[in-house]
Amino acid sequence: MRWAIRLCLLAVLGSASAATGAPSGTLTPPAPELPAPEQFVAKDRPGDAGNSILLTWKDPASLPVGAVFEARRSEPPAYEWAKIADVAAGVGRYVDATAKDGVVYRYELRARHAEAADTLGLAGTTGPAVVSDPVTSHDDWIRLDRVNSLVACLLFLVILLSSIWLAGRGSQLFVRRIAGLNAVDEAIGRATELGRKVLYVPGIQPPGDIQTVASLAILGHVARATARYGTDLDCPNRDPLTFTSARETVRGAYLAEGRPDLFREEMVNYITYDQFAYVAAVAGRMVREKPAANFLIGHFFAESLILAETGQSTGAIQIAGTADPAQLPFFVAACDYTLIGEELYAAGAYLSREPVLLGSIRGTDIAKALLLLLGLVGIVSATLGNNWAAGLLKTQ
Amino acid sequence: MTELHFDTGRVLLLICFGLVPVAGIILGLMAPSLRRQIPLIVGFVAGIVPILSLYIPKRFLSAAGEGMSPRLDQYLIIVAGFALPLGIVNVIQINSRRVGRGEKGWPFALALLVGLLLMGGFGVYGAVSGQGIGFLPSGAPTPFQWMTDWFFRPLQATIFSLLAFFMASAAFRAFRARNTEATILLIAAVLVMAGRVPLLDFLAYPFPPLHPLAASLSQTMGRLTEWIMDVPNSAAQAGIIIGAALGAAAMAIRVILGIERSYLGLGKGD
Repeated sequence: MRWAIRLCLLAVLGSASAATGAPSGTLTPPAPELPAPEQFVAKDRPGDAGNSILLTWKDPASLPVGAVFEARRSEPPAYEWAKIADVAAGVGRYVDATAKDGVVYRYELRARHAEAADTLGLAGTTGPAVVSDPVTSHDDWIRLDRVNSLVACLLFLVILLSSIWLAGRGSQLFVRRIAGLNAVDEAIGRATELGRKVLYVPGIQPPGDIQTVASLAILGHVARATARYGTDLDCPNRDPLTFTSARETVRGAYLAEGRPDLFREEMVNYITYDQFAYVAAVAGRMVREKPAANFLIGHFFAESLILAETGQSTGAIQIAGTADPAQLPFFVAACDYTLIGEELYAAGAYLSREPVLLGSIRGTDIAKALLLLLGLVGIVSATLGNNWAAGLLKTQ
Repeated sequence: MTELHFDTGRVLLLICFGLVPVAGIILGLMAPSLRRQIPLIVGFVAGIVPILSLYIPKRFLSAAGEGMSPRLDQYLIIVAGFALPLGIVNVIQINSRRVGRGEKGWPFALALLVGLLLMGGFGVYGAVSGQGIGFLPSGAPTPFQWMTDWFFRPLQATIFSLLAFFMASAAFRAFRARNTEATILLIAAVLVMAGRVPLLDFLAYPFPPLHPLAASLSQTMGRLTEWIMDVPNSAAQAGIIIGAALGAAAMAIRVILGIERSYLGLGKGD
């Protein structure tokens, strides 16, 4: 009789195991209980433009392997719970980017056995839920993760404006000689003597690129010089916005020099938006019309060397300038003078010789010295095993 | 009845980039000196908004698609859309004048005009006929695509391929050992070039006993190349980038505050 009862029990257990996928003939261990997540908080995500709620929690120590956290949300008017996401264990946070500003939500979080890790037939079983306080999303006034960058910007602004203010009061400023900029007048003078034109290429980027703005500032000076000397100027453009800006720059320069009669619309001309078609047209002009001075100043890509080498082969005096380290070697190799990085941005101030503008160069130098000092301190502290400087400069 | 939605960002942009320029044009007709002030005001607003949006995440300023800063980017695209026809008109004007007057190089101007009208014509035809500018349902190319494949792309590749020859000629000039700096440059360049290609393996190929030595030396050369690129080269580039970034920030502040005006063709006292 006992044997018969044992056999019946084994048969019942075996059929139960087969139904759950467990190996036949083995006993299924009791399902591990899922603990509740700890310190669950739902709050408006700080420092954002709204429409998002940040959920944070801590994984309980007894969380079994393979468990995930299921986040659910209820919203008016029905306030019914709806699943919004499954978050893996160990993450500890989730951003609900589908929230709407001003709507009151409640969030619920509970652990659940994930399907992928299911070997015991426990998939879908859940632990106790934790419900958050009501929360609403709103946009914020400050991005806390960028405060260090904001402080650095304000500090830079203060240094720059105080340098400009001091320069405006008549402080004597020493600005080191920049050979490439001293050669601008020489190049235009040479073109005037030879009776040939000056070619100015303002890069191939739109004015949204600060290098193009710097180039337009230099174009203003070059155009004023060509207006003074009565030298022909040719400024071919690839970007339509740069074209319209450059035309106004040159027109304004000729007006400012009192020579609007010398300005011709074709001085600043548009060629094409295609990079290499533009290069072909400009290189062709260099070869056919042989300008005496070529200015290649702005943001360039692969065309930099093609233009610089073509200009070099025509014997023109060449002044180039860019802040892109990838293109600088090409200009250095093929041009007579090259404005490297910051020299490009200082050019407008340097050429104008206006004390106020020169003051900004002094301000930049002071900021650079401070940054250098910070870098040195950071190197020393990192060498000593302290990475606080890296943390100070970390931003998003 | 739909709810009236007051969009602060859009209203502010409308004032800054709509009302202010129009008022400036009208006032400029009465007082020419004002004509120079309006671009500076518009430039100030256009420059300060993206900076503020970096730090202030308020919806009217920074929200994707509806904030002032993202909208300014959209405005840029719209303005560029208006600027492109201006450019095309300029191309047609200048080159047709050159052809008409028979100026030096007029055949080039004629070739440009023919190319422009042909490609533009095929593009417009593709749009009007509904067949597009790519491929037909049968797999055959449209006239625009055919011109792109058989004229435009080969010409593009031709110009780009010139770069290899120009690189060689520039390298030859740069690597002449005229002084100490040029000599250092030459040595570094030779080491980097030799480290980037299996030069020693190639030279040792006819001599099998030398293969292990060549392989070992190649590895050493490779490590040396990596060191040159990662340490001195990266350090120099970082120096240039930091200097350029500060210079760019200073330039941006000068432009935003209207201190730098030479990009408008103006100088001291203008």
